[in-house]
Amino acid sequence: MRVGLFVTCLVDLMRPRIGFAALKLLEHAGCEVFVPSTQTCCGQPGWNSGERSSARALAEKLIGEFEACDYLVAPSGSCAGMIKTHYKDLFEGEGAWLMRADALAAKTYELTDFLANVARVQQVPGAFSGRITYHDSCSGLRELGVKAQPRALLAGMPGVRLEEMKDCEVCCGFGGTFSVKFGEVSAAMAEAKCAHIADTTAEAVVLGDLGCMLNIEGRLRRRGDSKTRVLHVAEVLAADG
Amino acid sequence: MQIQSMHFQARAHKALADEKLQSVMKRFGSGFVDKRAAARTELGVELFETLRTASAGIRDRGLANLDVWLRRFEEEARRRGATVLWAADGAEVRKLVLEIAARHGLKKAIKSKSMVSEEAGLNEALEGNGVTPIETDLGEYIIQLAKEPPSHIIAPAIHKDLQQVSDLFAEHHRRPRLEDIGKLTREARLMLREHFLTADLGISGGNFLIAETGSVAIVTNEGNGRMVTTMPKVHVAITGIEKVIPTLEDFATLMRVLPRSATGQAISNYVSLLTGPRAASDLDGPEHMYFILVDGGRTELVGGDMQEMLRCIRCGACMNHCPVYQTVGGHAYGWVYPGPMGSVLTPIYNGIENALDLPQAATLCGACHVACPVKIPLPELLRKLRERQMQAKLRPWSERAGFCAWAFVARRPRLYALATRIAARAMKLLGGEKGTISRLPLGSGWTLGREMPVPEGKTFRDLYAARPKRGN
Repeated sequence: MRVGLFVTCLVDLMRPRIGFAALKLLEHAGCEVFVPSTQTCCGQPGWNSGERSSARALAEKLIGEFEACDYLVAPSGSCAGMIKTHYKDLFEGEGAWLMRADALAAKTYELTDFLANVARVQQVPGAFSGRITYHDSCSGLRELGVKAQPRALLAGMPGVRLEEMKDCEVCCGFGGTFSVKFGEVSAAMAEAKCAHIADTTAEAVVLGDLGCMLNIEGRLRRRGDSKTRVLHVAEVLAADG
Repeated sequence: MQIQSMHFQARAHKALADEKLQSVMKRFGSGFVDKRAAARTELGVELFETLRTASAGIRDRGLANLDVWLRRFEEEARRRGATVLWAADGAEVRKLVLEIAARHGLKKAIKSKSMVSEEAGLNEALEGNGVTPIETDLGEYIIQLAKEPPSHIIAPAIHKDLQQVSDLFAEHHRRPRLEDIGKLTREARLMLREHFLTADLGISGGNFLIAETGSVAIVTNEGNGRMVTTMPKVHVAITGIEKVIPTLEDFATLMRVLPRSATGQAISNYVSLLTGPRAASDLDGPEHMYFILVDGGRTELVGGDMQEMLRCIRCGACMNHCPVYQTVGGHAYGWVYPGPMGSVLTPIYNGIENALDLPQAATLCGACHVACPVKIPLPELLRKLRERQMQAKLRPWSERAGFCAWAFVARRPRLYALATRIAARAMKLLGGEKGTISRLPLGSGWTLGREMPVPEGKTFRDLYAARPKRGN
């Protein structure tokens, strides 16, 4: 099957290694991976902030880039959630565009959801070993039902020991522009998350969305924790030994 | 009630610096959430979810023909001897209650909890016109003594700790200071007893209006609601027009999700259905029963793209599950309704320009939506309000310009590749050896309480384009 990898704008800019880890996982699962070179952003920042026209323009661009693939996979619950659950709202009442948006939504998946439920991966190529705790990012969890999938994939790795933290489903405080507009409240929420991470014996907190990663890592470092690693689940699943 | 919602930032800042409040909110965080989760599990998750869907359907059925059900309610309530009055806004609520007090010569009002009377600022109006209002819900009683607004719709004094209540009671009751919750509660009962016996006006809210019987349903835990509605000569039930539901059968279904979502109880301690004033054969009950049905901005939601908000049954689950509410408490929101439902209702009822921060003060995490017993898509409604702000040019020009610039660049892949290539390098340089940025230009909100991790230095697209091709 031909899978279009939507790297996401944050991964492209901040953490290319997550994109390569996703690529490795998809290829290992037997997919023919296509990475459109013109891809940029899915439009979520504008959509969440009420700036519909920019979201709409970027959605049209992304649909054109990916609709020829059998599947669109993104290493992000919030970007996949944008395409899968919100694109239809951008094209409400429009026949042709709405059909194209719906068709793409139907074949759009968050990475771990795709690996576990579509590619039905039994064995991942990674060789990570260590104690981890898992943060369930909001959009993946509540818009796409991503909860068991990353845990099932991680459970297949003999070196990984998962220790759940308290309130792993509670928001880390990122919320896109919220983190800048309400920086103080956002940081206080991140602090609560970091305190729960610190209460475990985990060496790394693992999650599936880069926005939350930057938020949690930023707060961990500010509170003086330079040791706890903040890893994308794709990095763990594809880790070189 | 005076609206202070334009000052969310400042009030949130104050709340974060308030150590006492922070320690109360830390405990609050899991209390209601855990209780609801346990009640849901006990009932059976599948059944609970079925009931949520059914409850949303019941509310939608009532709202789809709101005028019809309200007229039916009015007919049935009148047939049973009650008087039904209509109020367009808070000012009319105050006027109607004062007229009732004057007509019957009423001097003391005992109240069971009514958020609509908070919307109307009723207590101040009563006090100013020779009628003494006494809140009889324990939480409301505490905040009335403290002269504070509620910070939660079902636990109005949730922001107070034991020490603060002890101090308040000692000061106002002029008795030895108590520090035992049981004893404090008994003292409040003792103080309230005399008011129950001497009041001539009882004011209640209403959880539901039942159209087919003309009844008001009141859900309480303390028993004060029973006394407020049956002991005084006159009972006035004040509630929003959206609270009407067609049948008693509907009420039974909604009662399976309301207490469970609110406090985790299978059923509240008291469930009262009040239908008309005392009849000739009744041993007790009020001589006169009035309904004041309030619009207060609700009709603006009818038939629009945010009508789902009117499903709300005021259980408080959205604020209980909201990580922002859990962090800053209810007073930061600046009006009667806090948390996600308040962030939707406050701008709609008071004008979008009077509560600019509220729709923005959410991470859209969705915890409220999945907890809501009537499935109100609160994050989507908040987003729609953000869109209205943007359309009305109520956001700073720099924000609007920022999004337009972002979209302009992101639609031009070559320009975007160049811009991100520069940004990735510049940010990496800015981070230096430490690898994080402590003061971010254009993003000082972020670095107020956290570092900004730096990029790896090259973009994915550049690395991907330069990757060694596998031979095949």
